[in-house]
Amino acid sequence: MNSTMLKSKFFTRIVNRSTETTGRIAEPYWNPYYAGIGIGMVLLSAFVIAGRGLGASGAFTALVAVGVEKVAPHHAATNAFYRSYLGDGTTSPLKDWLVFEIVGVLIGGYVSGVLAGRVASVVEKGPGISSGARLGYAFFGGIAMGFGSKLARGCTSGQGLTGGALMSVGSWAFMIAVFVGGYATAYFVRREWL
Amino acid sequence: MSAPLYQIGLFGDSTNLLLAMMLGIGFGFFLERGGLGSARKLTAQFYFTDMSVFKVMFSAIVTAMLGLFWLSWFGFLDLSLIHTLPTYLVPQVVGGLLFGAGFVVGGYCPGTSCIAVSTGKGDGYVHLLGMIAGIVLFGEMFPILEGFYNSTPVGEITLPQLVGVTPNVAMFFIILMALGGFALAGRIERRRSI
Repeated sequence: MNSTMLKSKFFTRIVNRSTETTGRIAEPYWNPYYAGIGIGMVLLSAFVIAGRGLGASGAFTALVAVGVEKVAPHHAATNAFYRSYLGDGTTSPLKDWLVFEIVGVLIGGYVSGVLAGRVASVVEKGPGISSGARLGYAFFGGIAMGFGSKLARGCTSGQGLTGGALMSVGSWAFMIAVFVGGYATAYFVRREWL
Repeated sequence: MSAPLYQIGLFGDSTNLLLAMMLGIGFGFFLERGGLGSARKLTAQFYFTDMSVFKVMFSAIVTAMLGLFWLSWFGFLDLSLIHTLPTYLVPQVVGGLLFGAGFVVGGYCPGTSCIAVSTGKGDGYVHLLGMIAGIVLFGEMFPILEGFYNSTPVGEITLPQLVGVTPNVAMFFIILMALGGFALAGRIERRRSI
């Protein structure tokens, strides 16, 4: 077998593998600066239209508050944190700007993924770790992130992008801390990704 | 002044929620386009192999910040109607560190985990569940955390106010820093790819 045949066999295998999972070959991602300018324009539009910026963790906090209230109404009513998300009872706490925005994020991400052939059932991980272990890391990382975002009053969207564009001191301090925390932890979980 | 449109009463609450969803669609679309629905691409930021997270975030912040500046300069947007986020310095830094650790362990941030979910990533689902568990944990611990959560309040302070310069000067230096950061990110990526 000559090298050209080997090569073509190799590429056929790659193509087959990507068509197995995505239906077709996934398109490359955009230049990050184009994506960033796009997000910046959406953020600016949010300021102009609604007088507020984008967010993400707040939507899930509204969901949590409603869930806790369903399960234990008295418990939720005596907790100032849940209460601040439940409102005065005249409208549903889920009729919330961030909840609607996050529904949009799910739709927008799906549309972009389908158009680029990037929707696939996979578990993203490095080559040296099992899927089960990766899912464990994902869960515990998620807990730290959810907890941290509440302590910081927002996440990379609400504090990072929105507060960053408004030049809020707390938002910039938060963002620097996020990068410090990430870089400080990266070495210990390198087996998960590299 | 003719914006923010919602604040000047151009439309009501239901329209505002519908527009929130449309803005979310745009946000989600550009996040996915930039590759920020992929845990490996996101965490590569912390191993210096792909600086997309930094590039997308800071180009978005600079775009929105410049847009806010020009629109208020032209007398179109009333910035006094957009609230700067209040700063609680220490809890925001501690929350940020925890958030950053959760980012590199879990693989996503709250907004990008939504993109992972809508493009079929199993680890994205688990991360999102972990995040919700983290918010519940915070909510349940809120009675003992409340003191720390409200500690070191600095008010709605911005970077130019902190340093004692006009917003234009602060913006100029932020853009200068961002451009320097972009150049550095490009150099790091080129060195790492050899």
